[in-house]
Amino acid sequence: MTAWIIALAIGALGWWINARLAHGASSDSRTVSLAIPVIFGVTIIAMWQVLVTMLDVSAVILPAPSAIASRFVNSIPILFADFVQTIIKGALTGFIIGMVAAFVVAVIADRSPFLTKGILPVGSFMAALPIVGTAPIFVKWYGSDWESKAAVVAVMVFFPILVNTVAGLRDTTAMQRDLMRTYAADYWTTLFKLRLPAALPFIFNGLKIATTLALIGAIVAEFFGSPTVGMGFRISTSVGQLAMDMVWAEIVVAALAGSSFYGAIALLEKRVTFWHPSQR
Amino acid sequence: MRSALPIATVVVVIFAIWTAAVVPMNIHLTADLAGRQDIAVTPETPRERQEVGAISLALQNTSIWGMTYTLDRPNLPSPHQVAAELYKSVFTVAPTSRRSLIYHAWVTLSATLLGFLIGAAAGILLAVGIVYNRTMDKAVMPWAITSQTIPILALAPMVIVMLGSIGVQGLLPKAIISAYLSFFPVVVGMVKGLRSPDHMQLDLLHTYNASGPQAFWKLRLPGSMPYLFASLKIGISASLVGAIVGELPTGARAGFGARMLVGDQYGQPILTWAALFGAAITAALLVAAISLIERKTLGRMGMRMAA
Repeated sequence: MTAWIIALAIGALGWWINARLAHGASSDSRTVSLAIPVIFGVTIIAMWQVLVTMLDVSAVILPAPSAIASRFVNSIPILFADFVQTIIKGALTGFIIGMVAAFVVAVIADRSPFLTKGILPVGSFMAALPIVGTAPIFVKWYGSDWESKAAVVAVMVFFPILVNTVAGLRDTTAMQRDLMRTYAADYWTTLFKLRLPAALPFIFNGLKIATTLALIGAIVAEFFGSPTVGMGFRISTSVGQLAMDMVWAEIVVAALAGSSFYGAIALLEKRVTFWHPSQR
Repeated sequence: MRSALPIATVVVVIFAIWTAAVVPMNIHLTADLAGRQDIAVTPETPRERQEVGAISLALQNTSIWGMTYTLDRPNLPSPHQVAAELYKSVFTVAPTSRRSLIYHAWVTLSATLLGFLIGAAAGILLAVGIVYNRTMDKAVMPWAITSQTIPILALAPMVIVMLGSIGVQGLLPKAIISAYLSFFPVVVGMVKGLRSPDHMQLDLLHTYNASGPQAFWKLRLPGSMPYLFASLKIGISASLVGAIVGELPTGARAGFGARMLVGDQYGQPILTWAALFGAAITAALLVAAISLIERKTLGRMGMRMAA
């Protein structure tokens, strides 16, 4: 009973601070808009900690944040090895393969309006399918190491990037294309100087969707077979051993990797498409 | 449908590539099989064949190409084998039998739909809260957006075990995974939608002396519908993926995920492929159902679908 009261008090306090900040004079400044979600997160973690320790919740059901943090700090070598295996070797390699393949197909298909019309709906349809289910097939073809994960990831990221690139390449006005013609620009010059830059906002949209898909693909594919290293392997074996603190530590790694991957793409977008209205 | 012909062309090309790939993908298996049946194969011993690449082996043994399409346990089943397996497991066995894909589809689908309803309803409620409460907007919205960049699907095995250890089993754990996967896209889309009416429209309602609830029911909610449906379509396919992945790590006995695992573990790739296509068809039907509701709803509301 006291546990619930303390937890609710912490929650109310956090909410009160946030309400003051959100309705305060400087609520739109950068510091405050960053502070509010951080305070919210800290409040949730504090309530979680209080409830788990005071109510003696079994670590099998939900470990305390402190237990997760200490497990995280104590197993950094393991977590780092898993990170390299799953994120760098599996997800990143697959992401690059899928991305390059999507660009090549998009540029080829773009030469024919007929193909473009067919690829857009078929591609969007494929992007909505549960492609992650192909993981057992790829594990069988390419073995259980990272190559099969990269293959799953490549197929998963291919369609969203393809659809967005094809749509982006169509996003120039007749006026702009005519201008390139008056400059006597050939197809490739027009492609590199006008149409690809114009397509960049679309391409980055696709790349951002693909970052999350890449991580999901690499982790979930390891549930179907992997060497004894990797985030998906660690999650599924730790679940089997009821070592939930390890599972949560891996999820923290996945969350950090996911947000920084996304952040890196968003940062790159800001640098490359500085001219676009949404970035100004 | 002016785009029917281009779509058909692209689909035909995909199937043609698939059909062509069957020969090199299966040629090693087929050559071994043919060798055992005393059909002449070059090179003759399996050891030598291992050294030869798939394409050149296929070119040296054009006579056994036909066999690559009819293997029992191929590396890559041909389209007609998958179609036959789909037909067999959908139409020729009773829907209640464990061999029926309809039975497995229903197991997965019921978890998907239950989870989707929970997730979408909770998402809409939270979006209303975010739009009307500044504190909530500032505190929760950044987390809702961040959650889209995190592979939350990786939580699935843990959710199953966590709920299993407090005695919740069967449909509900999978539905919860589906729910949280569809929750965040709906929140983000619905917030955008509820904010889509511009100042002019809100001011107009002010001049009508409309109350807060009236502004919500007559302007914000109708205005949010196109955004809602767009995110519902994302949400329902995420829900299906969640339910399938939820079946994987726990050794579930029924559902698309279980079916894929069975095919994988017992070396019956045709089963895996049929389950995969079953899941794809289900996903397509779910999205199509939402599109249909969208068209009807927006039509009744006098909005035209954005093409």
